[in-house]
Amino acid sequence: MKLLKNIALSDTGFVFNPGNGDSFSVNPIGLSILKDLQEGKSEDAIRNRVIEDYQTDKETIEKDLYDFLKMIEQFNLTDYHE
Amino acid sequence: MKKQIYERPLIQRINTGMMNKFGTKTEYAPVSHIDGLAVKDLIKEYGSPLFVLSEETIRNTYREAVRAFKTRYPKVQFAWSYKTNYINAVCNIFHQEGSWAEVVSGFEYQKAINNGVPGPKIIFNGPDKSDDDLRLAITNNSPIHIDHLDELYRLTELAEEMNKRPNVAIRVNMDTGIYPMWDRFGFNYENGQAWDAINKIILGNRLELIGVHCHIGTFMLSPQAYATAAYKLSDLALGIKKKFGKTIQYIDMGGGFASKNTLKGSFLPGADTTPTIDQFAESITTALLNAGFTESDLPLLILETGRALIDEAGYLLGSVLANKRLSDGRRATIMDFGVNILFTSFWYDHKISPAQEFSSYTEDTVMYGPLCMNIDVVRSHITLPPLRKEDHVVVHTVGAYNMTQWMQFIAMRPAVVIIGTDGKSHLIRNKETIENIESSEVMPDFLRKHELASDILK
Amino acid sequence: MSKRKITIAVSGLNNIDSPGPGIPVIRALKDSELFEIRIIGLSYDTMEPGIYMHDLVDKTYQIPLPSAGQQSLITRLTYIHQQEKIDVLIPNFDAELFNFIKLQDTLKKMGIDTFLPALEQFEERQKWALNTFGEKYGIKVPKSKQINSTAEIHALTHEFGYPLVVKGKFYDATVAYSPDQAMAAFNKISSKWGLPIIIQQFTPGIEVNLTGIGDGKGNLIGAVPMRKTYITDKGKAWAGIALEDETLMNIARNMLKGNKWRGGFELEMIKTDKREYYLIEINPRFPAWVYLAVGAGQNHPEALVRLALGEDVKPYESYETGKMFIRYSYDKIVDLKEFEIISTLGEL
Ligand SMILES: Cc1ncc(COP(=O)(O)O)c(C=O)c1O
Repeated sequence: MKLLKNIALSDTGFVFNPGNGDSFSVNPIGLSILKDLQEGKSEDAIRNRVIEDYQTDKETIEKDLYDFLKMIEQFNLTDYHE
Repeated sequence: MKKQIYERPLIQRINTGMMNKFGTKTEYAPVSHIDGLAVKDLIKEYGSPLFVLSEETIRNTYREAVRAFKTRYPKVQFAWSYKTNYINAVCNIFHQEGSWAEVVSGFEYQKAINNGVPGPKIIFNGPDKSDDDLRLAITNNSPIHIDHLDELYRLTELAEEMNKRPNVAIRVNMDTGIYPMWDRFGFNYENGQAWDAINKIILGNRLELIGVHCHIGTFMLSPQAYATAAYKLSDLALGIKKKFGKTIQYIDMGGGFASKNTLKGSFLPGADTTPTIDQFAESITTALLNAGFTESDLPLLILETGRALIDEAGYLLGSVLANKRLSDGRRATIMDFGVNILFTSFWYDHKISPAQEFSSYTEDTVMYGPLCMNIDVVRSHITLPPLRKEDHVVVHTVGAYNMTQWMQFIAMRPAVVIIGTDGKSHLIRNKETIENIESSEVMPDFLRKHELASDILK
Repeated sequence: MSKRKITIAVSGLNNIDSPGPGIPVIRALKDSELFEIRIIGLSYDTMEPGIYMHDLVDKTYQIPLPSAGQQSLITRLTYIHQQEKIDVLIPNFDAELFNFIKLQDTLKKMGIDTFLPALEQFEERQKWALNTFGEKYGIKVPKSKQINSTAEIHALTHEFGYPLVVKGKFYDATVAYSPDQAMAAFNKISSKWGLPIIIQQFTPGIEVNLTGIGDGKGNLIGAVPMRKTYITDKGKAWAGIALEDETLMNIARNMLKGNKWRGGFELEMIKTDKREYYLIEINPRFPAWVYLAVGAGQNHPEALVRLALGEDVKPYESYETGKMFIRYSYDKIVDLKEFEIISTLGEL
């Protein structure tokens, strides 16, 4: 999954889609995941990076990442034409 | 490098008109302890969900109410409304504080007797009193509050049969400017029914009329309505004095003061808008003192306050069973308690706090109970930090009516503990067991056996 | 004479097509000859235009919605006060007033002055109590009644006849010409503002309004009557003109003698063909057109600040008639960065 190219991520946790004018707020871990996606990291790589950085386990992040990615898809922040 | 604390990744659309999070933290500030005891430990010891009551809050609230009335009026008596919470330990706190009992069924009457309340201090209300109930109440000299004419006639017959003179009052309903008007209980004031009933009792000369009673509604937000009610009951009492020369001993104003819960659909939180007990006391006592009683005829003021005395002392502790995402993208959290034990979530937006620390990020969530029923919604919209499975929450202001109106439906009812002024937790009602429930079932012989093939699914 | 420096917090920055009174109040304050004022905006929504009007609002903070309760509000105000040291706070939004009135003593202790009505004054002028209010202070009021369910609508035909007016607890009013329309209006308004719904007798005539300020001792410090000369399709003022109307001024004076109103207010009245005045509503704050009063020579918001600071304020004795206001809208260009900051940090 890839983030739309022109999505603007700000360190305040503000996310802006210039394509349709939508804006969102994310928490710090959410922001780090969006940045990973922007860099083109795979889901696996993201998961491992989160496990590396945070006090969590594989099962938890797997569930939560699944949910988070579904949300950004629903919010039209992902690129369909890969 | 030390790993960072994990929190579920969250993303939310910035909507205009959305509840902004700045400064709203108090709404979801964690409540990790109740009266000094950790939620976590209480759940570990007694299981989840769990009802917790605070003895200290009960006693303080009660004393506060007594103060509000006694500083304004010379003769005041509270009678604990059993239906609000009739766990015996709770009733006995009120009795220790000096409260009488107010009951509305043979079952509640028996509970009061078992708790050692003397007959004359049990007020017997309600439309459903069997002949046996009435006989018992007559024998015990309990004040019987007559609800309808059928009861008045029956009671007269029983008085003759037993050769006794029962102490009675009549329940009066009236227009106090409140919608809806509770006109299904008792005799109406405006159309003269109440006065007719009084005449029948006094002229019939078999029953001793000692009081007049009303209960104008529940969760009342208007002190003014009580002033109107107190004025109308006084008018009846003064009319009795004038026509029959008879002094009425008490005016019973019933219950109904709102607690600090937030009614569904109300804009501001109940904690900010509910009138104080002092405001209710001021309205009632001012009306009584100005009604025109001579000092020696001033009636005893009885109050059957229920929810306002116990709601805030009750908490429900529970745990997250699961999180899910609804089809429209809303977050849903499923709790291990639902409308089966939190009956009041049908009409309140209960305040619910997480029981552990979180960052400041929150999510709009629907909170469901565990039942397989679509109506099982605890809060249709609540802003909460990202709760994980097995996290605990504290539901506030649940002391009234839940521990009596709860249903044994799908699951069994949880334990109830009280945190004593000794700082310890005490079990006051066991968690229900399957034996408790099945012990009252009976299996006819012809239904004992069945043979189900067991080899369909491999 | 040098101007006194002072910091004033103002809410109601929703200067949209039917504007809140915040920006007009701020403009009035900026016109003050006595004060040099730093304005702290208090906003509920990131889209309130006032947040971005930096020539009028020096800094804005988001505050929790009234429904979050007083505890949340005071927590947030404590934080804002630490940053800004607010001298006077002027709330301008009906739905928030209950909380601010309840908190006025707490705010005073923190060093923030307000000039608000007492809770009893505020409550007795509620729409659903207006009939009693009218009797008490000798003002004619169209018959009204509060209802809590659509089942009660059928009975209204006999009591009120059609058309009648269906009103919400805080805002919104619709004229209904049939039970069906009343039903629809009930549902629409109650879903937004909750119960009760107020039903009011329809009173034909012209609408005349008055913006005023009372000193809490029974004196009318200032008042300017106005008639809307042009309205938008939503029934809001588009243009209006200051009137000479001694009858209306006397109604206001008498009302204040009776209820000793403290703070800004607006009377909405209907003047019938027989020149009778019916009170439709009392708004417990300045209206959005309060700047017309300034234009006519009476700076009510400035007077309110002085009263809040405990000063003795002499009543205005006159105003210029023949002044009118015309509302215009203006497309302000805002950098997304500013929206981002207010959205994520809650202050700008
Ligand atoms: C007769 C009577 N008295 C007292 C009460 C207690 O009312 P509340 O809990 O609203 O104070 C009730 C409750 O319905 C009642 O029916």
